[in-house]
Amino acid sequence: MDRVPILRLGRILLVSIQVDLQDQTALALQEDLSERIVDTGAVGVLIDISGVEIVDSFIGRMLSTIASISRVLDAETVVVGMRPAVAITLVELGLSLGGVRTALDVEKGMRLLSADEPDEVEVSRSAATVVSE
Amino acid sequence: MSTGPISTETIAIAVDQDVVRVRQAMRKLAVEAELSLVDQTKVVTAASELARNTLIYGGGGRALLEVVTRRGGRGVRVTFSDEGPGIADIDLALTDGFTTGNGFGLGLSGTRRLVDEFDLDSAPGKGTSVTITKWGR
Repeated sequence: MDRVPILRLGRILLVSIQVDLQDQTALALQEDLSERIVDTGAVGVLIDISGVEIVDSFIGRMLSTIASISRVLDAETVVVGMRPAVAITLVELGLSLGGVRTALDVEKGMRLLSADEPDEVEVSRSAATVVSE
Repeated sequence: MSTGPISTETIAIAVDQDVVRVRQAMRKLAVEAELSLVDQTKVVTAASELARNTLIYGGGGRALLEVVTRRGGRGVRVTFSDEGPGIADIDLALTDGFTTGNGFGLGLSGTRRLVDEFDLDSAPGKGTSVTITKWGR
């Protein structure tokens, strides 16, 4: 069984799904991510699904579950890069991904997550001050 | 009238990985039938839902996938069949949000919305057969 790699970028965990997810792989990702959130003290999880050709009810439910688990563990999840055809299909199927925040791409997702974090805002403010001096 | 060979493929559904194989085979045939990207995505998603039902509720079975033709275009059709416990109340099973308890309630009603034709044949103790068709536009 494939495992989806989880990368750490500061206090954010980045998951880029590049394989056609089989159900067991999706379940393993939930567990791996939960552990990594706790181990790293991550405040955000970014899931890039731009390489995913379909999201069916199982994968959709996995995304919702990951968002819920990470919230309980004090981290926010943003799903980025959904293809237009996938979005159309998901809504028609009846899944709304309730409780899952989305952004168009990794960059916008990162911005969303750092806006949530007071520390990051402090850092950028002081950086801006230095520049203006 | 001469037509080229029409593709068909049969896939046994016995383990998790077979659901992925059904998705991949469905995609290949949908491309061959020249469905639009959105229609390809819809029919592959529908096939994925039904393959999982066959595995989980039917205890395994098979999928027969084919490219079909009619006047005005091509499409893809797939039939899932199993010898599982069958469905007692088909109308109820097709109701939005119906579930037997383990959280797969969207399956049938949502899947039906993604395709052009949907035929369900099932009886308690007789297994289940579901056929879906998506036509190119």
